This record gives sequence, structure tokens and C-alpha cells, in this order.
Amino acid sequence: MSIKPFHALREKASLFIRRHRITTALVVALFLLSLPYVLTSAYHLRVATLVGIYVLLVSGLNVIIGFTGMFSLGHAAFYGIGAYTSAMLTTMAGWNFWLALPVAGIVAGAFGTLIGLATLRLRRVFLAFTTLGFGEIIRILILNLRSFTRGPMGISGIPIPRILGWTFTGRGYYYLILVLATVTVATIYRMYHSRVGRALIAIREDETAASSMGINVFGYKVLAFTVGCFFAGIAGSYFAHFQRYISAESFANLESFAIITMLALGGTGSIIGPILGSTILVLIPEIFRFLMQYRGVIYGLTLIVVIVYRPGGLANVKGVFEKPKPPKRPGKGRFSFGRRRTVVIPGETV
Amino acid sequence: MSLLRVTDLQVHYGAINALKGVSLEVEEGSLVTLIGANGAGKTTLLNTISGAVPGSAGSILFRGDEILNELPHLITRRGIAHVPEGRKIFGELTVEDNLRVGAYVQKDKKRINTLIERNYELFPRLAERRRQEGGSLSGGEQQMLAIARGLMSDPTLLLLDEPSLGLAPILVEMVFELIKEINGLGVSVLLVEQNANIALQTATFGYVLETGRITLADNAAALLNNKAVQNAYLGVG
Repeated sequence: MSIKPFHALREKASLFIRRHRITTALVVALFLLSLPYVLTSAYHLRVATLVGIYVLLVSGLNVIIGFTGMFSLGHAAFYGIGAYTSAMLTTMAGWNFWLALPVAGIVAGAFGTLIGLATLRLRRVFLAFTTLGFGEIIRILILNLRSFTRGPMGISGIPIPRILGWTFTGRGYYYLILVLATVTVATIYRMYHSRVGRALIAIREDETAASSMGINVFGYKVLAFTVGCFFAGIAGSYFAHFQRYISAESFANLESFAIITMLALGGTGSIIGPILGSTILVLIPEIFRFLMQYRGVIYGLTLIVVIVYRPGGLANVKGVFEKPKPPKRPGKGRFSFGRRRTVVIPGETV
Repeated sequence: MSLLRVTDLQVHYGAINALKGVSLEVEEGSLVTLIGANGAGKTTLLNTISGAVPGSAGSILFRGDEILNELPHLITRRGIAHVPEGRKIFGELTVEDNLRVGAYVQKDKKRINTLIERNYELFPRLAERRRQEGGSLSGGEQQMLAIARGLMSDPTLLLLDEPSLGLAPILVEMVFELIKEINGLGVSVLLVEQNANIALQTATFGYVLETGRITLADNAAALLNNKAVQNAYLGVG
């Protein structure tokens, strides 16, 4: 399979976007805003909303894996913590959704901080194993803490959000997740291009060098982990009120792998990647409905194919799955112009 | 009082005793070199000073304060910059972003821009490549970037680990000229080198490290003429 035509297309598209920034932004905004009026079936609108939830989850995980290079395999656990916090607060304590939403994010973020403090001194594969274990612990806790979580019965009857006396409909849900996803992506974009973002990337590239630059490596790792978990908590709360019924199975390790696959497909370390990845991987199983039972297979295959053939993902940004650099052929990828080395000094060795 | 005073420093990697009581001093404004063979403990010493490797006994005083086993980022904030062996630049960041990461301890934007400009004057090649990714630079340019990045924290003491590693002879000379120039700006330098010849020609004072112990300490010029040093490190005799 040749991916050359794809390359050419992507180059052209990115050039077009760079030349017509404002036009592109307006078109995208118009498209997203008018979508609920184009998609007439309630089911399609639900799928679009689901994409938004995954944008939150994948973008958050991108801060952890893509920017900072920490392999967390338990992201769904924080998604679950957010969902259960919000569901318990609204159904059992009678809280309002608008208060439960940020609190769910904060609780998930606080769990992220605690787990981070305990595990982030571990590197690579050890961190991956501990977070995998944590994901399993959360699932088992949800199943067994019956007095809080109602165990395997799950929590049902989670209230529909209301605003100014108006109860949410499909369109209301869609617009709210659109706002949340936009805020999330914009926040992460700002963070990426700040002092903090540079510090995180420095840590991903080389921890020792980063700390000799005066960067508090451990502190920033915990920060990145907390930020990622916070957004997962927000996504969880939203999911609980969207689905109106939650159970432990929605937040098992399979879900963590789905989120990681979306991130890998879109491109780790990229801003646009998580959006592409979640859109494609939510849509594919929905479009090919008859393949729904093979969802896990599709995700697993996608992950393998991406890592072997296209470690930069669709966005083709150098992320964590990239192999140690072989000499690059010029003319490939977005940064190709930078790879053509101009050797100025004769007799120089590299 | 000297700027840096290392006394009886011991470092263990598990059961292995890498430094067996090392003592050395760096005076304010001086350019001191530490030469020695592979595995003598040169890099270990620098890593212990910068906090990357824990020391098991002894003391490291910087301006009179004990810094042994302090966290690395806090040591950097005290004014010690470490340019690690093998450069370790951030390959995915542009040259300018590499410098900005180096200025991480600086809060003042104007100051950061001044430091960047100063670096571009010192290393005009980097100015030409400012928008290029660090990983796309040649070996010599990467070494310059690593040194420039170290200077971005505006250090009092610069720890340089094997700046000649993997460079062609003509580039080695160029890099060492720059090190002299940086020293001339008032930055004290502790230079670790295997290339004893050029290191001793550049530095004012030298130490010889052999399997975890300082065996000789003298003015650089005197070491250059020392029979033992000539035999072991300079390939003379």
C-alpha cells in the first residue's frame, strides 16, 4: 500500500490552511455549529457528541504521553472517577450538574496528583505497569464499594442537565461538549506554546538534560499528569449525564486502550492529532455497525499498524512512538526542510 | 574563598566505588580542567556536582553553601550550569526553543532575549539556524548549542563534559577558543576532557583523575611539561 498520494494531499491541505487561516477557522466553526441542524437523526447527533467526549479524553492523555512522554495505560480510571463522582453527587447528594462537572474534574485531577506522586519516579515500562494496575484497581473498587457505587448494578437515573429552566436535548448536549472540547483544546494549545509546554517537551526528550536546565522534572511530571486526569474527569462527568447510566465496564482497561489507540492514530504530541484520532475511531465502528463486535480488534490492529508504519500518526508530528532517528530522506513530512543538513565545515564528523 | 570546593567526595554505584575521596577547587573566574582516562570518574564527578548522581560521603561547597545531594534543578538555580556529555540537546525543539528551555530559571523576558542575543553573537552559526530543529544540526553545531543552552541560565560556574567528543580536530579548536572566550566574560569553567593536550593548553589549572582518585594537581602549563602526564595522556616520550 502506497501512502504517497496521502502525503501529497496532506501537504496541500496544510499549505491551504496556513494561507487561509481565518477562512478555515470560520468554515470549521460554521460546520461544527450547524451540524445539529444538518444531522437530522438523534442517533447521528449522539455519535457527534461522543466524538467530543473522546476529544477531551485523548487531548488530556496527550499531555501525559505526547508532551511529557509518560506511558499511562490507565486513563479510563480517571474517566471513571469523574463519571462516578458526578453521578454520586447528583443522584445521592442532590447536587446540580453545573457544580458536579468541575468538582468531578478536580476530584479526578486530585487522584491524578496522588497517583503521580506515588508512581512518577518510575520510568517507561514500570510506569505503564503501575498505571495499568491502577486502572484495574479502580474497576474492582467500583464493583465492590456497593454502598457508594451500587456495584455491578451501576448508577442509573443520572439527571439531565438543565439551564435557566430548560432541560437539555440532543442539541444542548452537542453544543455543551463543543464548548468543553474547544476550551480543552485551546487550553492545551496555550500550555504547549508556553514555558510549561517547553519544560514538558524537554522532559520527554531527556530528563537529565531537562533537570540540568533547572526544570523541576518530578514537579512537572506530576503537573502534566494532573492536567490530563482533570480533563478525563470532566469528560467522565459529562459522559455520566449524557448516558444517564454508568457502570464499571465503561471504564475498564479496554477503554484505556481505545483512548491510547486514538492518540496514536492521530499523532502523539500534536494538537490536532487527538481530534483526528477520536473522530475517526469513534466513527468507524459506528459506520460499520456490523463490525461492532470486532471493535477491540479494529483498535488493536490500528495501534499495531500505526506504530509500525506511521509512528507520527496522521498529524505526523515527532512523538513518543518514533524510533531512534535514522537519517531522514528529504521531502517527507512537515519538517522535512529542517532535516536536509547543510554541511558547511569541510572535514567535519557528526 | 573559592567558588567551588569539593572535599573528600565519595560516590558509589551499588558496590562499585567510583570516586574514592576526590578533592578539588575552582577559583572565581578561573578555567580549571580535569583530565583522565575512560572510567576514571570524570563524568561521575560532574554529575555529582550538578546533582544528577548522589554522593555517599564528603562535601561540595558552592560559594560556601553545601550543595551535595541537593535536587538538580535547585543547583542550577544557584548558578551552576551543566553541559552534559554527548550534548543531549532537545532534538525536537528548534534552536531558539532549546535556548529558551535553557533560560528556564530566568523569569525576565527582556533578560532572556538579551542572553539569546549574546549567544547569537558568540555563536553566529546558531543565529543562522535559529528556526531549525536541534536534531538537524551537525555535531559541531550541536555542541555549540549545548554550550549556548548552558549559558542561558546565566551561570557563575559552567561544567563542561567532553566538549571535544566526536568532533573533527578543526572544530575542537574552534570550540575550545569559544570556551576561552566564555571564560573571558567572567564565567568560571570546570572542564572535563579526554583530549588532555588541548584541555591543558586552554585551562589555567589542571587535575588528573585516575580510577576515582586525584593523582596530580598543578598549573596547566606545568602539567603539560610533566613527564608522567606526557607519558600517560599526551602520547609524548
